[in-house]
Amino acid sequence: MEHKNWNGFIGGSWQNTIDVRDFVQANYTEYSGDDSFLAGATERTTALMKKVEALFALERQFGGVLDIDTATVSSLTAYSPGYIDKENEIIVGMQTNRPLKRGVSPFGGIRMARNACEAYGYKLSQKVEEEFRFRTTHNDGVFRAYTDEMRQARKCHVITGLPDAYGRGRIIGDYRRVALYGVDRLIEEKKKDKDALKHGTFDTEHIRQDEELYQQIAFLGYLKEMATMYGFDISQPAKDAREAIQWTYFGYLGAIKEQNGAAMSLGRVSSFFDIYIERDIKAGILTEEGAQELFDDFVIKLRIARHLRTPEYNELFGGDPMWITEAVGGMGEDGRTLVTKSSFRVLNTLYTLGSSPEPNLTVLWSTSLPDGFKRFCAKVSKDTDSIQYENDDIMRPLYGDDYAIACCVSAMKLGKQMQFFGARCNLAKLLLIAINGGYDTTSGMHIGPQMPVLSGDTLDYNEVMERFDIYIAWLSNLYVNTMNVIHYMHDKYCYEKTQMALHDTDVHRFMAFGIAGLSVVADSLSAIKYASVETLRDKNGFITEFNTVGDFPKFGNDDDRVDLIAKDMTHKVITELRKTPTYRQAEHTLSVLTITSNVMYGKNTGATPDGRKASAPFAPGANPMHNREENGALASLNSVAKISYDDCRDGVSNTFSITPDALGKTDDERVENLVAILDGYFAKKAHHININVLNRETLMKAYENPEAYPNLTIRVSGYAVNFNKLSREQQREVISRTFHEAM
Amino acid sequence: MSETKGIVHSIQSLGTVDGPGIRFVVFLKGCNLRCGCCHNPDTWDMSGGTEYTPEEIVNKAIRYKEYFGKQGGITLSGGEPLLQAEFAKEIFALAKENGLNTCLDTSGSILNDDVKALLEVTDRVLLDIKYTSDEQYKQFVGCSLAKPLEFLDYLENKKIPTTLRQVIIPTLNDSEENVLLLKRLADSHKAVDKIELLPFKKICQVKYDNMKIPFPFAHLPEPTKDLLQSLQKLI
Repeated sequence: MEHKNWNGFIGGSWQNTIDVRDFVQANYTEYSGDDSFLAGATERTTALMKKVEALFALERQFGGVLDIDTATVSSLTAYSPGYIDKENEIIVGMQTNRPLKRGVSPFGGIRMARNACEAYGYKLSQKVEEEFRFRTTHNDGVFRAYTDEMRQARKCHVITGLPDAYGRGRIIGDYRRVALYGVDRLIEEKKKDKDALKHGTFDTEHIRQDEELYQQIAFLGYLKEMATMYGFDISQPAKDAREAIQWTYFGYLGAIKEQNGAAMSLGRVSSFFDIYIERDIKAGILTEEGAQELFDDFVIKLRIARHLRTPEYNELFGGDPMWITEAVGGMGEDGRTLVTKSSFRVLNTLYTLGSSPEPNLTVLWSTSLPDGFKRFCAKVSKDTDSIQYENDDIMRPLYGDDYAIACCVSAMKLGKQMQFFGARCNLAKLLLIAINGGYDTTSGMHIGPQMPVLSGDTLDYNEVMERFDIYIAWLSNLYVNTMNVIHYMHDKYCYEKTQMALHDTDVHRFMAFGIAGLSVVADSLSAIKYASVETLRDKNGFITEFNTVGDFPKFGNDDDRVDLIAKDMTHKVITELRKTPTYRQAEHTLSVLTITSNVMYGKNTGATPDGRKASAPFAPGANPMHNREENGALASLNSVAKISYDDCRDGVSNTFSITPDALGKTDDERVENLVAILDGYFAKKAHHININVLNRETLMKAYENPEAYPNLTIRVSGYAVNFNKLSREQQREVISRTFHEAM
Repeated sequence: MSETKGIVHSIQSLGTVDGPGIRFVVFLKGCNLRCGCCHNPDTWDMSGGTEYTPEEIVNKAIRYKEYFGKQGGITLSGGEPLLQAEFAKEIFALAKENGLNTCLDTSGSILNDDVKALLEVTDRVLLDIKYTSDEQYKQFVGCSLAKPLEFLDYLENKKIPTTLRQVIIPTLNDSEENVLLLKRLADSHKAVDKIELLPFKKICQVKYDNMKIPFPFAHLPEPTKDLLQSLQKLI
């Protein structure tokens, strides 16, 4: 197949089948130089960004939400076109008809939409209430099927953060397909897939697929209509760089108009765009300045993307992140790097537009990346604290070289794999429930198998482990079944039509489970094993506190005695989870990731044998507990690196904060050393790291005087936040974390 | 297995300021000097440290090999590592067998046969020249300037790459004249390829307070960034 808009591209199988990877591989230009070619922001960009900054300030003044359209149910064609400054925008398209005005999306759950409106002084319109009176939402469906035990587990927070009241997210449409093929071709291919179904047996899965394809085709039609409203015909392939970015953005925009999923990630678009940019530069119709401007304008659009959430949600996640994750860099399977000049350009937006948590820029790090790119990444990290790193060398063998990251750390092949997001269970709380024979001292609820409280004045390691195993098995089974209910209902009532239209019809599914409190559990078990843990009981004989006598190895010091407890624990949990089959035969995966909810998890968990007080925060993700690291930063990194990616295929998150002085004496040394740290950490087969280079004092000043630091961005756990959007409690917790300092 | 054991104050797995690149830094116990600006008074005394064999230290360091890149490696600091020269030598010999770069952070106030043996397996020395006048050495350090100068001459003879370091302490050694003297010293020794001026810091006051002893230089100010930069320009 040929198309005039493909002139100048090297052909291949991508022309005959939907295969963006093949197109990228055949056409991209690797770049191994440094950042000296980059252009700064144009006057136009700076002026436009100023307008956006003013809107952000207004949004903050309005308590976090600038405006809500309460009368329209968000969908692809529901709003008239919106602009920041129509004449001066290069890439267009807005979720509603005005910037930062939020739409309502009740398909995941009307209660959440209603409460969110009310929290900000609005009222969901009667019209929408009426429309949904006789309509089942995802949330309705889930609660029809939840068992008493599922509700209990949810209520006492041993399983928590479940996507049962809004969109599940963590699905990445391959938005590049819109640009490369044009929507008509995509519709044509989907029609072929639907037609092919007629030969099969019409069992449940078959019928479901058939209906889903119908919906996908319909929404590709709406996507075209949406673009037409903005004056673009996206039925055909994009003809230049600007169109390629615009078409791709329209794909993404359609998805976020349709779905309010927790994480709405972007994929891996930079090096794809680079092919069009190179073609235009060669043709003399684009300059470096123009190329940067395209990226800047696109990124501005991503920075103003918003979903309507309740204040409780914002409190949990530190603002209202969208996890618009863009995977940058990485290596190809043929040994060439996938770094292009546009990998630099997208990171450069942190300078041209200032630092920002969104989009969630994620560098796929390989020790083989070109040195110039490594150094630029380290420089950007040092200057902006806005990027995260994930290990391409351990992911590429599993996902190939055209995968991306959903949310924080969830890898998936673009357009070929998706995931059922599963929040996380609180492992530290489960340990306490196990010790108390099925009683949760925090909520006062009996849950799980009922057994005697462990007896004796001190805890016995073998006895505790034997007991813990029983409860891990129980919870794993309950957890999988709960997730099955949620995703059955989401597919039924809130299916992602636009995003799934941008996947292959035959898609591989993951079901992503998670654990919180890993370092608390590891240290607690280590205390029980190596020190003496005395139990303190309430009047009913339940163990509510511990008195730990003696020293014990602590996670974060590169000490195998405790590090292997953590590693074994993840292996145990995933092994138990695999014993219960999943909805749609999804592949079980596990993450050690808490986002900012480590504060909330801690709040709902009693005192633990490691000496952590009741209600005290957990460390985020797979981090060692704060200030228990005694041998410096690399020892801490080595401990986390021992957790196996084979057990935790949904990611192992580590957040690393270091003072500039501890990183080296000069800027050059700091860059050099940060590169060495990243190379070393990933050579140890670690999976993920957030890098913050800053002084605790800066955060303390921002805590006391927020207005003076409106754009202070920090990496938290798999994503970045604006420090000012964190709750006071989260801010205090972030300040109390370990900052690796020079002796 | 070696019979030698050493007394260690602490281990820092990520050192970036004590030698080139990323360093695994071992702070040894014990010091023969009592510098007024000392920021590790808790290392003076031999008591209260942890005993290690050279193998134990090197086995730990090897766990960080991936981070060292082309430049990094192991650094022995203190305290004064020369007080445990035999232990230090065995660590460095073993480290080199394992392909680790070795770096010694010292005041250069001892030069005996054990120290000479240690220098045979040392890739770089960070030599702390505290002052450029013998008077100040005697008053604020507790030895004569001749000692580190003799040490430096030995390094020159042995062609061991050396970084000269000086802590810049306002009113004592922050004059241009002093820094130029330091530069002259460096220029006259081919082994010296780098001079580092470090800011005097008082963050260690806490350590003195905990030990219930006075911090001799508590009354002196820390140097400003501008001062350090202007002095650095002289080099």
